[in-house]
Amino acid sequence: MTSSAMPPVSPVSEPQAATDAAPGTGPVGTLLTERPPVTATTGPMIAIDDVSKWYGDFQVLTNCTTSVTKGEVVVVCGPSGSGKSTLIKCVNALEPFQKGQITVDGTRVADKKTNLPKLRSRVGMVFQHFELFPHLSITDNLSLAQRKVLGRPKAEAEAKGLALLERVGLKAHAHKFPGQLSGGQQQRVAIARALAMNPIVMLFDEPTSALDPEMVGEVLDVMVELAREGMTMMVVTHEMGFARKVANRVIFMDKGEIVEDAQKEEFFGSPRSERAQTFLSRILSH
Amino acid sequence: MNYNWNWGIFFEASPEGNGTYADMLLSGLMWTIVTALCAWVIAFAVGSVIGVLRTLPGRGAQMVGNAYVELFRNIPLLVQMFLWYFVLPEVLPESWGTWLKQLPNAPFYTAVVCLGFFTASRVAEQVRAGIQALPRGQRMAGTALGLTTAQTYRYVLLPNAYRIILPPLTSEFLNNLKNTSVALTIGLLELTARARAMQEFSFQVFEAFTAATVIYIIINLIVVTVAGVIERRVAVPGR
Repeated sequence: MTSSAMPPVSPVSEPQAATDAAPGTGPVGTLLTERPPVTATTGPMIAIDDVSKWYGDFQVLTNCTTSVTKGEVVVVCGPSGSGKSTLIKCVNALEPFQKGQITVDGTRVADKKTNLPKLRSRVGMVFQHFELFPHLSITDNLSLAQRKVLGRPKAEAEAKGLALLERVGLKAHAHKFPGQLSGGQQQRVAIARALAMNPIVMLFDEPTSALDPEMVGEVLDVMVELAREGMTMMVVTHEMGFARKVANRVIFMDKGEIVEDAQKEEFFGSPRSERAQTFLSRILSH
Repeated sequence: MNYNWNWGIFFEASPEGNGTYADMLLSGLMWTIVTALCAWVIAFAVGSVIGVLRTLPGRGAQMVGNAYVELFRNIPLLVQMFLWYFVLPEVLPESWGTWLKQLPNAPFYTAVVCLGFFTASRVAEQVRAGIQALPRGQRMAGTALGLTTAQTYRYVLLPNAYRIILPPLTSEFLNNLKNTSVALTIGLLELTARARAMQEFSFQVFEAFTAATVIYIIINLIVVTVAGVIERRVAVPGR
């Protein structure tokens, strides 16, 4: 049960430099034990190109275009019902879309020939309601997909899970079940579960929205550290403090459209659109 | 009412010549239990598959599942017994029909298949309800981790769904056990059939059916107790 027993899944040559998100080189390799393997050497990690989506007659996404480059942290914000959760779920094809194209690490997600389980196993996702598997212990939650999707041996998967659990500060809870943990603890386990798959990118869908206020911090701390270690992240959140701290770019959505897509300083300093100004003034006034 | 009570009747030899009336009832009980267990294996397996089909995204799978459920739960069990036993051998090619009719223990096999398929339609509905009762995010979480649809069902959805539907599934098992009595109409010598035979041989109608009633109640109470133990064993901590 030692972490030294874990061989790297694939040797990755490039030593990644600290990104813009990490002012003053942060502690590298605390959450990311192995550098995520990336196949595409050029181009953005996520490219969303002119994506539209309808539920019946109702259009939920309208001509959304944006991209996320490697190591970038992009925060997606906007009023509820603006399509931000839907957009992020299109990235790993949890939601189908009818028009446009999304590529992740050079792979088209809507292509029928794409091996979606394989693609999804390389894209970590964290949900608003944690979605840990309630009938499995924390250890089994962390190792299930490693074993069934990546084919890792049980001992290796559990060691990897335990190592990540320790890094999110929950090693003592390995034997427990999700229902015995607080919301904040469950969400940290959910982040560890996603990281255990060595994802090349992490998607967060309102990861703190279902949490009691006093638990928001512990989850954001993990995410901040992850960002500082150079993880590529797309984060749907209302936590503007998080955005200010680690985001490179902020995307503002309203009524299914990307209204604003700007560098962080620009977005918070002088948002161009009126809708973004109104939104910001509402959520920052308290 | 002029009735000769005789509770000692159970220990008198039955006219069948191989034991007492009590032995007769016990052999009936044995057939009841074996039939119920075999039918349940079919009901659980087929019902789970059909229930899953009804929750898959594909329209085709849903239609197959719906057709099965509506066919098997909307025809009375008694009619289904007759269809399997009397009608099926006639509509099959002649050699198959003859083979079926000459099958030793044909009432038993027919009862198992008929009851199994009938109960499967009801199990399927519960499996579907159990899966649909789970938060939508559970399926998404499994999918997002890279599990295939089959793996998501096997490792995430079904283990949780079965836990939710354990109480109604217990009721279904009890129904399944009691429904074996319908098979007396096709000649299965299960408990109710044996009680009736005892009544006809001995004219002790009250004793015969009192015994059958008590035996059914005891068996079902045992089932309920076992189900309670299973429920506690599989209970998820912290829920």
